Amino acid sequence: MTATQDRPAAEIGKDRRRKEDQRLITGRTRWTDNITLPGMLHLAMVRSPFAHATITSVDTEAAKASKNVVTVLSGKDFGEELGVCINAWPITPDQKTPGHSPMPADRVAFAGEIVAVVVARSAAAARDAAELVDVEYDELPAVVGIKKALEDEVLAHPDLGTNKSALWVFDSQDAGTGGEVEAAIEEARNGGIVIEREYRQQRLIPAFMEPRSVVVDPTGEQLTMWSATQIPHILRFALAATTGVPESKIRVIAPDVGGGFGGKLQATPEEWIAWAVARRLMKPVKYTETRSESLMAAHHGRDQVQTLTLAADKDGKVTALRVHLDADLGAYVAIVGGGVPVLGAFMFNAIYKFPAYRFECQTVLTNTTFTDAYRGAGRPEATYAIERLMDELAAEVGVDPLEIRERNWITHEEFPFTTVAGLEYDTGNYEAATAKAKESFGYDELRREQAERRERGDRVQLGIGVSTFTEMCGLAPSRVLGSLDYGAGGWENASVRMTPLGKVEVVTGASAHGQGHETAFSQIVADRLGVPFEDVEVLHGDTQVAPKGLDTYGSRSLVVGGEALVKAVDKVIDKAKVLAAHLLEANADDLEYSGGRFTVRGTDQGMGIQELSTATFAGHDYPDGMELSLDADATYDPVNFNYPHGTHLCAMEVDTETGAVKMRKYTCCDDIGTIINPLIVAGQVHGGLVQGIAQALWEEAVHDESGTLVSGSFVDYLLPTAADTISFDVVHTDEPSICTTNSLGTKGVGEAGTIASTPAVVNAVVDAVRHLGVNDIQMPCTPERVWRAIHAHDGDAPTPQAAMPHFEEGALNQDEGAGQ
Amino acid sequence: MTKIELTVDGASVSDDVEPRMLLVQYLREKLGKTGTVIGCDTSNCGACTVHLDGTSVKSCNVLAVQTNGRTVTTIEGLADAAEGELHPVQESFRECHGLQCGFCTPGMIMQAVDLLAENPHPSEEEVRLGMEGNLCRCTGYHNIVKSVLHAAEQTSAGATS
Repeated sequence: MTATQDRPAAEIGKDRRRKEDQRLITGRTRWTDNITLPGMLHLAMVRSPFAHATITSVDTEAAKASKNVVTVLSGKDFGEELGVCINAWPITPDQKTPGHSPMPADRVAFAGEIVAVVVARSAAAARDAAELVDVEYDELPAVVGIKKALEDEVLAHPDLGTNKSALWVFDSQDAGTGGEVEAAIEEARNGGIVIEREYRQQRLIPAFMEPRSVVVDPTGEQLTMWSATQIPHILRFALAATTGVPESKIRVIAPDVGGGFGGKLQATPEEWIAWAVARRLMKPVKYTETRSESLMAAHHGRDQVQTLTLAADKDGKVTALRVHLDADLGAYVAIVGGGVPVLGAFMFNAIYKFPAYRFECQTVLTNTTFTDAYRGAGRPEATYAIERLMDELAAEVGVDPLEIRERNWITHEEFPFTTVAGLEYDTGNYEAATAKAKESFGYDELRREQAERRERGDRVQLGIGVSTFTEMCGLAPSRVLGSLDYGAGGWENASVRMTPLGKVEVVTGASAHGQGHETAFSQIVADRLGVPFEDVEVLHGDTQVAPKGLDTYGSRSLVVGGEALVKAVDKVIDKAKVLAAHLLEANADDLEYSGGRFTVRGTDQGMGIQELSTATFAGHDYPDGMELSLDADATYDPVNFNYPHGTHLCAMEVDTETGAVKMRKYTCCDDIGTIINPLIVAGQVHGGLVQGIAQALWEEAVHDESGTLVSGSFVDYLLPTAADTISFDVVHTDEPSICTTNSLGTKGVGEAGTIASTPAVVNAVVDAVRHLGVNDIQMPCTPERVWRAIHAHDGDAPTPQAAMPHFEEGALNQDEGAGQ
Repeated sequence: MTKIELTVDGASVSDDVEPRMLLVQYLREKLGKTGTVIGCDTSNCGACTVHLDGTSVKSCNVLAVQTNGRTVTTIEGLADAAEGELHPVQESFRECHGLQCGFCTPGMIMQAVDLLAENPHPSEEEVRLGMEGNLCRCTGYHNIVKSVLHAAEQTSAGATS
C-alpha cells in the first residue's frame, strides 16, 4: 500500500490511451437497445404522414387483434400522466409557445409526430401491428420555410394567431457596451464601405450513430429509465415536473450513449410515451427508433436566414454590425429552442473590436420537425456570418483576408477585453494562432499557386479560406443563465470517494457519450490527488450513483465539471491533513502535500493518502472532532464563460467546368488553454471539423412543400464518409492562453472544430472563383450550386447542340438498342 | 419458422427463425451478441458489419436463414477477450484513438480486418475507399484511417521480425 507514491511524471498533458476503449473495441457494451429485462414489452410508434392535420379518428381494433400485441394506445387514452414536452428557455416573456404533448389527441403539427403507440411482445410484432392502426386525418394547410412562416398567411398553430414566436433584441447602445448602429451605417454609406448580405444556415440533422432508445422499468421502488441521452439529470427533473412522479422515485440512467452532438439534449416525446406506457401497464418497456424515425423526429439543428449589414471605413476598419436573424423553431419550441440562436447573439462580433452592434432574432414556428441544439448551437451560425463578411470586406478593400482581420481583431495586449456584446474575454492571442497556422499551412506558397492558376486560367482553381474564430463555452455561469431567463443553472457537481484499499471513485454530474471523460478526469484526479491514473475510477450517467449534475453539452464537461472535481479533491486533501497530522504526531502547519503524500517538513516522516484512506476505514485511531471520512463533494459554478479561439485555414480546389470541389489541405491552430489529453483534444477537433465541413459541402435536411422530410434516410441525407474527407493538420500555439477563470486553465474544445470550419470551407470555395464574379454560394456548396454560381452571369443562351451529342439522333456514343 | 445451424464466434448454434429475420437481429436478439449494433435501416452505416465465412458483410443485409451451415464472426469473437487478447486492429484503434462514442467501432474494426486481409499494405487512399461503407460521426475518420494504417504497419513489422 506504499507503492502509490512512486508516481510517473505529471498526467496532465499526457496522451493517455482511453480507459473506456477496452469495452468498446471488444463489443462489451451497454447501449440502451442492448438492455433486456424479464417480461419486457416493445413499443412501436404510429407517426403522422402529414405535416399538419386534424386527427379525426384512430382505429386500433385490427392492431389490437394482431398476434402478440398487448395493447394500442393513442393520445386520447392518456390524461395528465402523459406529461408534456418542455421548453426550458422562453427567450422573451411574451414568447408564443404552443402546447407540446408527447402524443397529441387532436392535431398533428409536423410529419413524424406520434399519434399512437403499439405495445407488443416483440419489436417486430409491434412494428407489424403499427401498420394496422388506421388513423383518419383532415389535412390542414402546412407552413414550411422561414419566409413563408413570416408572411403569417398559413399558420403552424392556428390558435396562436401568428407564426412569430419571439423577438429577442440586443443593442449595444441600449446595453451601454457600444455606440449606435444606424448612425454608423449611414456614415459608412457616405464614403465608407457597407456590405449587405443574406446568408442561409440550412437545416441540419445531428445524426448521432446510435439511434435513440429508451427502456423504462416500473417494477422497482424507483421507476427506472435508461435512455440514450446526454442529459439524465435534466430528464429526471423534467419527468418529475411534468408527470407527477416525485423526483425521489425516479432513477435515470444514461448507459453507453453513442454520440449526441446536441441531438440527445432533449426531453423527447418517445421517452415520455415509454414512461407513461410502462406506468400504465406496470411492465418494463423498450422503444428503439429506426434511422428514418431518428432523422424525421429527433430534433434538427441550425435553420436560419441571416440578414447582415457590416459598416466599415474605407480602410476596412469595421464601424458597426447589424444582424437580423429569422430562426425556424419547427413545430414546437423545444427544450432549448429559441435559446440556440440567442446563444449566437454574443458571438457575431467574434474576435473583433466593433464599436457598435445590434442583434435581433425573430423565431418562427413551422410545420416541420422541431429544432434545437446541434454542435455549436448558435455559435457556428454567428461565426459563419461574420467570417464570411470579413472575407467580403477584404475583397472590397482589396487586401488579404488575414490582413483585414488583423486590422480589426483584439490584440493580445488588450486582454482582458470587454466586447461590444458585453462579454469579458479573459485571454487570447490571435496573432500567435494565426502565425502558427499560416506557417503550418504554407499560406504564402498556396497563395502563389493560386495566383499562378488564375494567371494560367486553369480549369481547376484554388481557393484559400480563412476563419479566425472564438466561442463562448463552458455553459455556464448560473446567474448569467438566470438573467437570460434560462430555466436552469450551469453549475456542475463532483464527488471523490476514497475506498478502504485506497482506490479513488470519482463521481461526476457530467454525462459522457464519447468524450473520454473517464480518461481525462482520471488524469486530473491522478495529478491533483497524487494517485496512480489506474487507481481512479470515474462514475457517471446514473442519477442513483451521481445524484447531482447538469450533464454534458456546450463544451462544459471539462471546464465546469473538471473544476468541480478539482475542488472536491482539494477538500479530500484538507480532510486527510487533519488525520495525517494526528497519526504523524505533527502540527498540521508543518505538513506538506506532494505526490499523494503528506510529509513532515524537515523530517523523513510521511504518510500516503491511500494509507490514510485505509486508516479512515479502520477508524482505530483518529483525532477528536474529526468526521471519520475523507470523502468530499463540491459544486462549481463558473464565474465566466471561457473563450477558446483559433485560426483555421482551408485550401479548396474547384473544377470550374463541373462545379466539383475537393479539399486540398486543412490546417487549424486552436488555442484552448491547458490541454489535459492531447490525443482526446485532437479527436474532438477532427470530428468537429468534419461536422462543420459537412455543413459547408454536403448536409441539408430538405422538406418538400407539403412538409414531408425528403432527406429521411442515410441514402438521402449525405453524411460524409472516409472517402469524402482528408487527414487534417492540427496544431496549437507554443504558449497557450491559459484560462484565468478556472484553476486548471482549460477552455472548451468540443465544439471548436464545428464552429470554425464551415466558414473556412465556404470562404475557400468562394475565393477560388471570386475572379469569375462570384461572391457567395449557398450551403451546402454542391457541384450544382458552385457551377450555377460560376455561370450566373452567362445569360440565358441555350446550350449549344455540340455540347449534347449524347441526345442527338444516331449519335455515335448511344447505346445500341437504347430506349427499345 | 426455419431451422438454421451455424457457427458464431466459434460456437455452434441452432435456432428456429422467421425467414424474414435479419442476421443482425438474430445475432442480437437470439444470441445476445449485442456487440454488433444497428445504426440505420438502409445498409448505409456499416455499424452491423460482421464476417461471413471470413468476408465482411453488413449483417442487416443478410437474412439469418442465408447463414445456415456457415460461419459468422462478430467483434466479440475476433480475439479471445476472456484471455485478455486483442486483435491487432482492435489494438490499433485504441492506440490511435480511432473511436470516441464507440458505436460504429465494431463495424469499423470488422471492415478494417477484412480490408487488411485483402490488401495488407494499403495506401491512405485505399483505406479511405475501403472504409467508405462505414459511417462515423465522432472522429471525422482521421484517426480511423490512422488506426488502419497503423495496424498494417504493425502486422508487417511483426511478420518481418
